[in-house]
Amino acid sequence: MSELLKLDLLGASKALKAKSITSVELTNAYLTAIEKTSKLGAYLEIVSDHALEMAKASDKRLANNTSRALEGLPVGVKDMFCTKGIKTTASSKILENFCPPYESTVTQNLWNDGAVMLGKLSCDEFAMGSSNETAAKGNVINPWLKNINMSPGGSSGGSAAAVAARSALAATGTDTGGSIRQPAAFCGITGLKPTYGRCSRWGIVAFSSSLDQAGPLTRTVSDAALMLNSMASYDKKDSTSVNSLMPDLLSFLDKGVKGKKIGIPEEYTQEGISDDIVKFYQKSINWLKESGAEIIPISLPHTKYALPVYYIIAPAEASSNLARYDGVRYGVRKEAETLDQMYEQTRGNGFGDEVKRRIMIGTYVLSSGYYDAYYLKAQKVRRLIKEDFDNVFTNVDYILTPSTPTTAFQLGTKQDPLTMYLNDIFTVPASLAGLPAISLPVGLDNSGLPIGMQLIANAFDEPGLISTAKSLEQSAEFNFIADGVAK
Amino acid sequence: MNETLQLKPGQVQGQTGIWEMVIGLEIHAQISSKSKLFSGASASFGAEANSNVSLVDAAMPGMLPVINEYCVEQAVKTGLALNAQINNVSVFDRKNYFYADLPQGYQISQFTKPIVGEGEIIIDLDDGNHTTIGIERLHLEQDAGKSLHDQHPSKSFIDLNRTGVALMEIVSKPDIRSPQEAGAYVKKIRSILRYVGACDGNMEEGSLRADCNVSVRRSGEDFGTRCEIKNLNSIRFIIQAIQSEAERQVDILEAGGKIDQETRLFDTSTGETRSMRSKEDAHDYRYFPDPDLLPLELKESWVKEIKDKLPELPDILKKRLIKDFGITSYDASILVEEKDYVDFYQKAADGNDGKLTANWMITELFGALRKENLSFSESPISSQNLGELVSLISNGTISGKIAKDVFAEMMTNKNSPSEIVKEKGLEQVSDDTAILKLINQVISENDDKVKDYLGGKDKLFGFFVGQVMKLSQGKANPGLVNKFLKENLK
Repeated sequence: MSELLKLDLLGASKALKAKSITSVELTNAYLTAIEKTSKLGAYLEIVSDHALEMAKASDKRLANNTSRALEGLPVGVKDMFCTKGIKTTASSKILENFCPPYESTVTQNLWNDGAVMLGKLSCDEFAMGSSNETAAKGNVINPWLKNINMSPGGSSGGSAAAVAARSALAATGTDTGGSIRQPAAFCGITGLKPTYGRCSRWGIVAFSSSLDQAGPLTRTVSDAALMLNSMASYDKKDSTSVNSLMPDLLSFLDKGVKGKKIGIPEEYTQEGISDDIVKFYQKSINWLKESGAEIIPISLPHTKYALPVYYIIAPAEASSNLARYDGVRYGVRKEAETLDQMYEQTRGNGFGDEVKRRIMIGTYVLSSGYYDAYYLKAQKVRRLIKEDFDNVFTNVDYILTPSTPTTAFQLGTKQDPLTMYLNDIFTVPASLAGLPAISLPVGLDNSGLPIGMQLIANAFDEPGLISTAKSLEQSAEFNFIADGVAK
Repeated sequence: MNETLQLKPGQVQGQTGIWEMVIGLEIHAQISSKSKLFSGASASFGAEANSNVSLVDAAMPGMLPVINEYCVEQAVKTGLALNAQINNVSVFDRKNYFYADLPQGYQISQFTKPIVGEGEIIIDLDDGNHTTIGIERLHLEQDAGKSLHDQHPSKSFIDLNRTGVALMEIVSKPDIRSPQEAGAYVKKIRSILRYVGACDGNMEEGSLRADCNVSVRRSGEDFGTRCEIKNLNSIRFIIQAIQSEAERQVDILEAGGKIDQETRLFDTSTGETRSMRSKEDAHDYRYFPDPDLLPLELKESWVKEIKDKLPELPDILKKRLIKDFGITSYDASILVEEKDYVDFYQKAADGNDGKLTANWMITELFGALRKENLSFSESPISSQNLGELVSLISNGTISGKIAKDVFAEMMTNKNSPSEIVKEKGLEQVSDDTAILKLINQVISENDDKVKDYLGGKDKLFGFFVGQVMKLSQGKANPGLVNKFLKENLK
């Protein structure tokens, strides 16, 4: 592996600023790595020329000491972010020809801070899925096991696989019910979902508006802090964006967990969790204790309703959000005799099965006569889930849970949608409550697959979340590298 | 005897007796705003197709709505003017349906929690009476685009200029009892909207349209099944459509049928309504709160600020006009119908005889404008000039008769009445000697008639007045002519 690829985001930033490497060198190393790992299928679109142009511009700034926070650092972008002049498909056939004339706020923030754009990363279609198998262009392969094709998780499967395979220094993701944290856990990297409202949703293809939140996928907690520093911003163009300044997360890296209270919810240790994960959950608890944290058992009684609630609210919003893909103004259109036939042909051909399933579920739960029983009730239970967290956070500072009930599974082995939905069981509650949560790798299971732990913080406490995660990261000393990295 | 002659407005004569109408109106008023409800795009009328379309209006992926504060202010202003409850927390909902001119696949509207709740207005009826109509609610919503089906033999074209333009939907309670009341209600709402400046009320351009819910019942019975007549864009059509729909319903009910709850369209060529879609075909709009928008919260202090700045509204203004200018209630209600009228009147009547000014404005000016097919804003006569004309009459410079000629002149050349009077030498002759000279001439030239008059033919007095006026080319002060003639014909 190229020495350049060994540098993490923070390390590469330091090396660039020390002028020991250039952005063009670094970018070239990543473009080569992308080529070498192309069989993983992480990238949908590679923009080499664009990347090198940006790298050159960054080198100029680095030379004259006008560099910015992410100057010259090559990153990948999940295909849910609209990127000006660069194809944005949300991994869907219906948008296979869509090239936005605008740039999402989050990616614009990255470019404004000097980051270099490598290309667009695959994901589940419209971010609906937990295995990256619903992508129109096919699944992404998890770089961890050499001989078996494992799922990278989803929906940000391309982002997680690319960061794990060292074909992106960092990547953006979006998380609706676990779409950053679950693939991060499956691929042995760090994934951070910020507080709802921290990152602008403007220019991100909408899946479920009340849940969608952008965040970074990185190699380390420090890298996540560096990325989120740039990604987060108040944006008047997004009415749900929160106007509260996030402090510089890098300054919280070494604050430790001494005296911090860590809640361990009894509801997250039920059957169905793999033994290795249970083992590392216990280890993680011990590590935090050893670092000076106080461990407190807690209860989040409505957790058991989180998954059903999520699979009502998210499809409901999605069924409405995806109505705009109608073949009238942009995207793919299948011509037909009548308007209704054109809709049927266009949407029938353009959407994959999982997207169609969720549109149908969503349409159903919003229908008159069913609205109260499903959607309205789900909203009420969502409030109870949020109140569970509010209550708990009066006693504890952070909550520790496994990120997923199992490690990565083999591609093509989960045919039943319900089994697939169970992947999100630990990540969905924080999403419903709009809370910041991070997944970081703490060890490998007996088949050599990474295990992720999740820390959840109170709203807007990303700084404390970073301190706590960094402490756990230091204890876990997860230094394993995926087999499938660019050699 | 023809029984229908005895029917009151809103009553329908059936075979079996008299039926009465129950009417509720939904008025869609386009907010006079430079930009749309949730996007920065221009909301102007008449632009080239698809030239006022933002990324948000076209529902591009990832685009988000942001509420236009100005539009919210207009809704609050209107709500206050309707004496209605302002809801400090309201919610925007998505109304989901597919149509080619609805880019998002949903309309952002307010369903369960509108910005304005219950209120009421007083409407003036032609017979001089007035009645109170309840307001159920007012909510904010986006307009859809326009489908053009007549531009191509096999394709439809879509113009998204209207897409996202801000509308207020004002829903009345089912308090309206006749087509005439419905007309008066729309007039009153339009007038209020124009007073507060929230909507230009221009029905031809579609800034104001109404959906009418009509049902019939026998006196004292519960409400019948209603039909909704969609998208009526003139008061005349509203009146016609309601009348015809009520008669249709009475015919069905009397033939033993029942009314299907449905949406109907008014055909202006036949003057009748026809079915558009039945209740079974009605869309399931799958309303739910728009997750892209937070609940709309209004600060009490902001609402108060708007309330304090609210202009004087028609009902209050009417009372003040009667008191300050001594005009009749009838004249006052005509003048307050439009804010422009009142503004004009108050300027013209300033320092003048209020009653005379009102007469000249309502009878002469409105009449002349109607004859010339001009709108009020196109009036060639300014408030200042009409005021001047009235003062020329009041101070005796010209007679009322001459004033009519001057007025006609003003309509064509826009000159001030003083200029016209001076230029044409139309000043009234009020000089005693001059008038006496004319009287003497008339008496000497009509010996026989003078004899007859003195002999008892009193009616001839008018003849002498006419002759004197004729000699003076209409300029003699008629009062003096009368007085001096009486003195001299003895």
